[in-house]
Amino acid sequence: MNAPPSVAPLGKDLLGLASLSGDQIRLILDTAEPFKEISERAIKKVPTLRGMTVVNLFFEPSTRTRISFEFAEKRLSADTVNVASSGSSVSKGETLVDTARNLEAMRIDMVVVRHEASGAARFLAERIESNVINAGDGTHEHPTQGLLDILTLRDRLGDLRGRRICICGDVLHSRVARSNIFGLKTLGADVAVCGPRSLLPNAIDELGVTVFQRIEAAIEWADALNVLRLQLERMNAGFIPSLREYNRVFGVTSRRLAAAPRDVLILHPGPMNRGVEIDSDVADGEHSVILNQVTNGVAIRMAVLYLLAGGRPELAGAARRGGEA
Amino acid sequence: MPRRNTTLLDKRSLDRTLRRMADEVLELNGGTDHLIIVGIQRRGVQLAERLAAIIKGTEGVDVPRGALDITLYRDDLQTVGPRPVVGPTHLPWELDGKCVVIVDDVLYTGRTVRAALDELADFGRPARIALAVLVDRGGRELPIHADIVGRRSDVPKPQRVDVLLEEVDGRDAVVITAEDDA
Repeated sequence: MNAPPSVAPLGKDLLGLASLSGDQIRLILDTAEPFKEISERAIKKVPTLRGMTVVNLFFEPSTRTRISFEFAEKRLSADTVNVASSGSSVSKGETLVDTARNLEAMRIDMVVVRHEASGAARFLAERIESNVINAGDGTHEHPTQGLLDILTLRDRLGDLRGRRICICGDVLHSRVARSNIFGLKTLGADVAVCGPRSLLPNAIDELGVTVFQRIEAAIEWADALNVLRLQLERMNAGFIPSLREYNRVFGVTSRRLAAAPRDVLILHPGPMNRGVEIDSDVADGEHSVILNQVTNGVAIRMAVLYLLAGGRPELAGAARRGGEA
Repeated sequence: MPRRNTTLLDKRSLDRTLRRMADEVLELNGGTDHLIIVGIQRRGVQLAERLAAIIKGTEGVDVPRGALDITLYRDDLQTVGPRPVVGPTHLPWELDGKCVVIVDDVLYTGRTVRAALDELADFGRPARIALAVLVDRGGRELPIHADIVGRRSDVPKPQRVDVLLEEVDGRDAVVITAEDDA
């Protein structure tokens, strides 16, 4: 439990995993460990963030991520406010920064933001004083999802160095894929992607990942598959011929997994399209850790909130001098 | 300030002190019934283990142990920042109606104990909570006192009391250190 004091503080915001060091990622994962236990207590609450106000600013629909953040905030005793784009002045044309500045004028401490534009979280973080946590910005990053995926992998596989993780499906539109790739590679894992060429970014090679054209080859190679959601709302633009054909060629099925040389862990960030990218018997099967991901999500978000809330660099010296008692 | 380390307890006196503390725990509780010993992370946990081992030797009873990390109950997150990394809290016992003895290495301002009391209250309602510390160095900032004290020694503010334990530090000793050593 004695982390090396040399780990650089996370700073004011968590915008993505691309900019974090391995030590910083491990610090978040290690901090999440004791938070898992809090959610198992009869009274699932600690007073750590008492008096802090956190705004969940969601410009895109979200159930899992928003609720997970809200649980994390409440279990740390923060006060929370949810702002969704519909039903707020955002739908009247107010800009992102104006919305946030108005909230800041009411004395808030942190903003959790999801936005359809890549870079929205950074844009906001540079313009307000509150801590900003990126809960997904366009096709850029979704760092807490990446972290909870990595925590779930670490729970099962241990040290991830040299472990083979394949991200399957719609990598092109996926901020989850990018956060996973950045984080996993920083921790020394071997990362691959697998999907139809039309759903892989053109410059995928620049991310330093292996590309599989066939799901059978990916399954044969991998220790774990992170199966992405086929974003049905984006599939009318001719990326794939049909959902049935996608399932036939790229679907993760129990028949395909049975041919694997080893047990392959199955992750999915949700929400799942059963029968499209993943079959029901795989999603509910013994190697699925999909619900563990959801449980870990709360612990990871508690860890991030905790680390950002106390991360005031100007006070770090006081911490070292501070009297243990 | 001159760099001067004073040894408050060496290995032998530490052993002797712990044996007496274990006896006092039994005396306070009137035996081992309903007794739970809870160490505060991190050296309090080892001290709790040792007290339990001594009690096992004298009474032949395995007293339930727990571990408490009070980091998330501190009142100074905003001023001193997070303490990486938060240790595990492990309290698998029903606390209602029990006698809980909190064990810590050094009692100083009393803020850690205040936090520990808050945390215990979230786990249940013991019939009694007592406090056993290896060293009481004075300097209280809260109205808190220890029921069982291994060694009382007023150590003024700039100095530090370091409890070194075999399991963590490789040797047993209690040392008073001048602050500029840190």
